[in-house]
Amino acid sequence: MSIVLIVAEQQPDGALRKASLNALTAGSQLASAAGAELHAAILGKDVSGLAQELAGYGVKAVHVANDAAFEHYLAETYAPVIAELAKSISATFVGSASTAFGKDLMPRVAAHLEAAMATDVVAVSGSGSDIVYTRPMWAGNVVAEVKLATPVQVFTVRPTEFEAAAQSGSGEVKTFSPTVPEVKTRFVEFQEVKSARPQLTEADVVISGGRGTKGDFKEIEALADLLGAAIGASRAVCDAGWVPNDLQVGQTGKVVAPKLYIAAGISGAIQHLAGMKGSKTIVAINKDPEAPIFQVADYGLVADLFKVLPELREGLEKLKS
Amino acid sequence: MKILVTAKRVEDAESKIRVNPEGTGIVKEGLKYKINPFDEIAVEEGLRLAAKHGGEVVVVSIGGKEVQEQLRHALAMGAHKAVWVNHEGELDQLGVARLLQKVVEQEQPELAILGKQSIDDDQNQVGQYLATFLGWGQATFASKVESLESEAEKTKQPGIIVNDGKVTVVREVDNGLATLEVGLPAVVTTDLRLNLPRYASLPGIMKAKSKPIQELTPSGLGVDVTPKVVVQKLSPPPERKAGIKVEDVSTLIDKLRNEAKVV
Ligand SMILES: Cc1cc2nc3c(=O)[nH]c(=O)nc-3n(C[C@H](O)[C@H](O)[C@H](O)COP(=O)(O)OP(=O)(O)OC[C@H]3O[C@@H](n4cnc5c(N)ncnc54)[C@H](O)[C@@H]3O)c2cc1C
Ligand SMILES: Nc1ncnc2c1ncn2[C@@H]1O[C@H](COP(=O)(O)O)[C@@H](O)[C@H]1O
Repeated sequence: MSIVLIVAEQQPDGALRKASLNALTAGSQLASAAGAELHAAILGKDVSGLAQELAGYGVKAVHVANDAAFEHYLAETYAPVIAELAKSISATFVGSASTAFGKDLMPRVAAHLEAAMATDVVAVSGSGSDIVYTRPMWAGNVVAEVKLATPVQVFTVRPTEFEAAAQSGSGEVKTFSPTVPEVKTRFVEFQEVKSARPQLTEADVVISGGRGTKGDFKEIEALADLLGAAIGASRAVCDAGWVPNDLQVGQTGKVVAPKLYIAAGISGAIQHLAGMKGSKTIVAINKDPEAPIFQVADYGLVADLFKVLPELREGLEKLKS
Repeated sequence: MKILVTAKRVEDAESKIRVNPEGTGIVKEGLKYKINPFDEIAVEEGLRLAAKHGGEVVVVSIGGKEVQEQLRHALAMGAHKAVWVNHEGELDQLGVARLLQKVVEQEQPELAILGKQSIDDDQNQVGQYLATFLGWGQATFASKVESLESEAEKTKQPGIIVNDGKVTVVREVDNGLATLEVGLPAVVTTDLRLNLPRYASLPGIMKAKSKPIQELTPSGLGVDVTPKVVVQKLSPPPERKAGIKVEDVSTLIDKLRNEAKVV
């Protein structure tokens, strides 16, 4: 039986990255289409606990390798190990979530496997080895259906397009001890942007600011505090250094799909829309009535954000009390 | 040091892209073409590194004869020479990476700088494929700690640090910046905050006209570029249904509460 192997990811705080659970759902849909078994893999310094956890999400087996060399993720040490694992279990499909980790790692895995790859998959269909991957191109202006004509097929999936896997069953945890390649690459440091707010890609509410904020995010922060929201931004804001780079929402940043997305002072360039137009409800606040953001907004408010954000916060505070 | 950079030809980021009625491609009429924005950042970084450490920048593009425009653009920015792999028709990331591998073997650079993603295919793969095929280390999503409005940027300092046979690269990853030290030769892919590319100056454009463009072909390089990523069909994205404009904040709150039920 063919195998779908999903590579899971450990967060800097040691926990399992939630996006890995969304990738497992994609993997399980693919496994049903392909008539395959779903397996997961995780590498780390000491991740047997995470492997145990993964085993509870409807997988047949979890392959885990613990090694001090895996403490800090490096594509060069992880990729050959994942590729060897895929070969040894004869996996036909190898995938992960489209996080920075997945985007860095999976093409390298694909290279080792001589496999073609589809990035940012939003749906899978087809049957047997004849699988069709649906993925956006041209900043989401185009939806493409592609096939991968290599014996092994590699992919990353957009976490926002698949529900997180639900707990079910208990797969077998299989520990393996790979030879870790010697590499000339060294992890130096990780400067984490610490935030008490929810993860941008996982939050139910996202409030994003654009150039219209002139870098003043105070009211956005206050509203985010009230709603338990994550903060996002347009490229212009990240380029200016007003907020950390990893808050950029869009084609070349994060893709989000919260229940509520509030865009304040964002014009709505196609590259920004590519990252948020899957949100359930979109609110746009912009003083230019012609701003393209209004074309995707469920509720548009033509106004000065510095005036209406405080009003919105006060109004919502009243509702809550 | 010798640095290889890439210059893919793509539709201008400002263009309105539409799928053709047959679903086989995009409507090409009226589109403007440019160098992939991430590749322009790669060219800029290569030039800054060459200015600081000495050496030359070789720019490569793969495509039909029209990609010579993008090569000339990179030459006008200051790249020293260009390699054009002449190929009409479809290409996928495996094919591009295999061709680039051959060009790297011919040119023997110490560093290859590519864009992290092409803004047409949005695949984000070629740099990683190339590094693996060459057996080189990789640092994707190269950025820097200083903002694009910092002094370091104004004085055109490279964001990639080259020292003692290694490159130090600050990478944009989820929840922060990760710094890697990669032994040369290496592949780096650029993110948006690495630098602000220069404009091609008039003298630069004049000079570019006499700079060499070497022409190669996939068959000459012995690479089969038959795409393995096979596009079946293209369609327009689902439309969002039109929303409404609300008069004031209290109406907005009422809609959010009673219609959308999200607060
Ligand atoms: C290769 C490439 C990749 C890109 N990737 C991304 C990406 O991933 N994400 C992204 O966001 N962008 C991306 N961009 C950039 C994108 O094209 C736009 O330039 C960017 O999104 C604009 O940001 P903005 O809307 O904040 O600024 P602007 O376009 O300058 O808009 C500012 C808006 O604020 C409004 N405004 C001003 N003052 C006020 C006020 N007081 N109250 C209310 N409204 C006000 C103005 O009317 C205007 O509409 C990319 C571009 C390229 C070329
Ligand atoms: N036809 C091409 N010619 C030159 N470089 C290319 C070509 N296609 C892709 N690349 C390079 O590979 C990078 C990543 O592209 P992709 O993996 O297609 O998103 C681009 O930013 C370019 O630097």
